[in-house]
Amino acid sequence: MAALSPLRLTPVRKVKIATIVVLLACWQLVSMSGLLFEGVMPPPLAVLGALVRELGERSLYRDLGITMFEAGIGFLIGSLIGISVGIWLGGSGFMRRAFEPYVHALASMPKIIFLPILFLVFGLGIESKIAKAAMSTFFPVGLSTMAGFMQIDSVLINVGRSFHLRRAQMVRMIYLPAILRPLMVGLQLGVGMSIIGVLTAEIAYASVGIGARLIRYSDNFNIASTYAVMIIIFAGTASVNYLFIRAQRPFLRYDRARTDAAGALAQPAP
Amino acid sequence: MSRTSYRHADRAAGRLEGALTRIARTGGKLIDPAVLFGIAVLVAFFLGLEWLIATDRVSRAVVALPSDAIAGMFSPDFRGDLIGACLLTFRLIAVAMILEVLVAIPVGYLLYRKPVLGTAYEGWLAALFAAPLFLLYPLFMVIIGRNNYTLIFMGFIAGIIPIIIHARLAFMTVPQTLINVGKSFNLPEATIFRKIILPSGAPTIFSGIRLGLIYTLINIIAIEFLVDSGGLGRMISDRYFRFDIVGTYSAIAAVALVSITLNLIISRLEKMVR
Repeated sequence: MAALSPLRLTPVRKVKIATIVVLLACWQLVSMSGLLFEGVMPPPLAVLGALVRELGERSLYRDLGITMFEAGIGFLIGSLIGISVGIWLGGSGFMRRAFEPYVHALASMPKIIFLPILFLVFGLGIESKIAKAAMSTFFPVGLSTMAGFMQIDSVLINVGRSFHLRRAQMVRMIYLPAILRPLMVGLQLGVGMSIIGVLTAEIAYASVGIGARLIRYSDNFNIASTYAVMIIIFAGTASVNYLFIRAQRPFLRYDRARTDAAGALAQPAP
Repeated sequence: MSRTSYRHADRAAGRLEGALTRIARTGGKLIDPAVLFGIAVLVAFFLGLEWLIATDRVSRAVVALPSDAIAGMFSPDFRGDLIGACLLTFRLIAVAMILEVLVAIPVGYLLYRKPVLGTAYEGWLAALFAAPLFLLYPLFMVIIGRNNYTLIFMGFIAGIIPIIIHARLAFMTVPQTLINVGKSFNLPEATIFRKIILPSGAPTIFSGIRLGLIYTLINIIAIEFLVDSGGLGRMISDRYFRFDIVGTYSAIAAVALVSITLNLIISRLEKMVR
């Protein structure tokens, strides 16, 4: 099937373009109507100007860098703990029955309520933001790993045991390849959650970072810049998500190749 | 780990399970030994923490004594605050949820009936579902004001997205045969929707409502905490900003218990619907 030209106006594209135009027109009309206090909803062009100004500020990149550093380190720590706990709970029915209810209960809570504890324990610097990112990452990664582990074919585990594989070899050769897909889903969720986790902690208390920048503009009633920073945050989160999906592709290709090879081996000989 | 150590670990786990089974049977009714083990570890953790704090190995300025935090939850003042905060937050959540269901199900139906709209918006909805929508709160604090309406609105925009996605999915997966049966009886479209499509898609829609409720709860409590206004979230931030360490821990424990209870109720309701 021939690929669709990016310029061809399909009905779906028409709907998307029309929606964007209508939303921008509504925004412009409301900002000019005087329905809201002056400055509460600046017109789209004013926001665009603020966005260009923001992108030209060196301090924006410093704030972005700090937020990304906190989210990145938190993501690494949270993922490592999440994968370890997921494998530990997934690998033992007894431990799973003992601790799974607590993990699920904690996972469904609003993590922000633990922020005061993190501030008290780790201080108000970047450590508490990293801890918040790690906490936010831990639950989706841990639960996905555990769910993936429970779906591993017991034949694979028995094959590993029959070869007297050590624990580390079992993890590397049997467990991790078998749980690759759910793990990737968990990690993808974890990336988003780590960024959100850092932003909430920065909004609550920080002097640097993109969350602190956002709340500083909002407190100073600099609304056009508040919108601009929000656009940057949404675009940044979407970009990180996209890059993560791209980074997953080699792993998923490897997984597909492995599954296909296993399928070919399982075919009866002619 | 070698095969021998596997066997040792298996034997140790078996012995532990056997001992716990005997304890569990003493009450006459069999309780899962794993559950007992989980409770025992939790109790041991809190006892250990109590000992570390009581012996000043961990500062009381950082972590409250678990016994003080638990006792704090039963003080008359705290109970009064908690009931008031719960009522306020639950009221906000209830209003947001009613609005979400009232808007999301017709929108989901529209996206199902008009596939062009459904295809056009499904990617946007998925992106919005993953986006940190709570960050919009400073804008709505300015537009709507620092009041409960902003909290309801922020809960609403977070919760409506999963309900729309699930409602559309639910309607799309209704067996065509059921709809054809309705048409063969010459039923009007509204009746087919009410009597066939809606009941058939109810379990999936309820999954969306469950997710919507969780997102609404999380968003409302998060914003209450950040702006120090409203119910449960404000209870924590208020005590934290007064540097009332014991009160902060009591409030966190209470809010955690409330959200666990709410989640259990939702899970039960979902099972009933299924």
